[in-house]
Amino acid sequence: MDQNLLEYTLRIGDNALILGQRLSEWCGHGPILEQDIALSNIALDHIGQARMLMQYAAEQKGADFTEDKMAFFRDIWEYRNALIVELENGDWAKTICRQFLFDTYNYYFYTALLSSADERLKEIAQKAIKEVSYHAQWSAEWIIRLGDGTEESHQKAQNALNELWEWTGELFEMDAVDEDMISKGIGVDLTQLKKDWNVKVDQILEMATLKRPEDAWMQSGGKQGEHTEYLGYVLAEMQHLPRMYPEANW
Amino acid sequence: MSTKDNWKIWEVFIRSRNGLSHKHVGSLHAPDADMAIKNARDVYTRRSEGISIWVVESEAITASSPDENEPLFAPADDKVYRHPTFYDIPDEVGHM
Repeated sequence: MDQNLLEYTLRIGDNALILGQRLSEWCGHGPILEQDIALSNIALDHIGQARMLMQYAAEQKGADFTEDKMAFFRDIWEYRNALIVELENGDWAKTICRQFLFDTYNYYFYTALLSSADERLKEIAQKAIKEVSYHAQWSAEWIIRLGDGTEESHQKAQNALNELWEWTGELFEMDAVDEDMISKGIGVDLTQLKKDWNVKVDQILEMATLKRPEDAWMQSGGKQGEHTEYLGYVLAEMQHLPRMYPEANW
Repeated sequence: MSTKDNWKIWEVFIRSRNGLSHKHVGSLHAPDADMAIKNARDVYTRRSEGISIWVVESEAITASSPDENEPLFAPADDKVYRHPTFYDIPDEVGHM
């Protein structure tokens, strides 16, 4: 087993799983029926991607592991998602803003992963890229409308952007796992990705009449398993049923 | 929730596959045409119902008034000769 490949698979998969779980909290609570359905759709896309990645991770771990075991029986410190996806949803502006920042990253990430030397990751990227492209379009359209909307929506979007900015740096951090995966042609070079992300984000923020926050100190640690207090609550809700009734079936 | 008040209503038409015409499937709220297409995609095509979407602002549609039903539609009811029901159809033609 290639420990770095497993780690890398989990980083991608946990982003999808935790964001999917977070977004599904909106189900039944969207500001309007159409957006309720839109966000639930996006949540399901992420869960679908998470399933493929958890299946792949489970296969790497060996015969005793399944996708469910990967999702429901790992604890906080075993999760490898970036911190931004585990943050609380906040209001509509904050959820949309997080989507915009993350979707833009995710779009370039999966685009690069299309040429991964790892066949499975490549196949997963081929399937995911269609969904992820739509997510990126959708949240960019929304951030433009919130920023360039009413005075209130502008202010809420700007506040959300200011609040979330410090969580974006981690997306582009690279450690030994990234370096190893890049050297094997499997992983994505986040230095290049950051350039693309910056151009896109600046372009959309300008259309949205929003001000890009200054780059200052950035939060970090999720990729190495050091999480915020929020992840515990996410996992408690997501995992309590299978942990209480491990053989439960529909 | 305040945005709801100034969102327009859009009528949605979906074409389920090539060769068929767009059919009205329902309506939805959206702030503008682009978002109406996205909302329609999410609300009406997530189970592979379509390959093409039209959206039209509801207020752009001129509808007949129910009050006018009599003058508009009743005169057609007693003109059976307008239906081609008086021809003898040979059996070989089958169902028309």
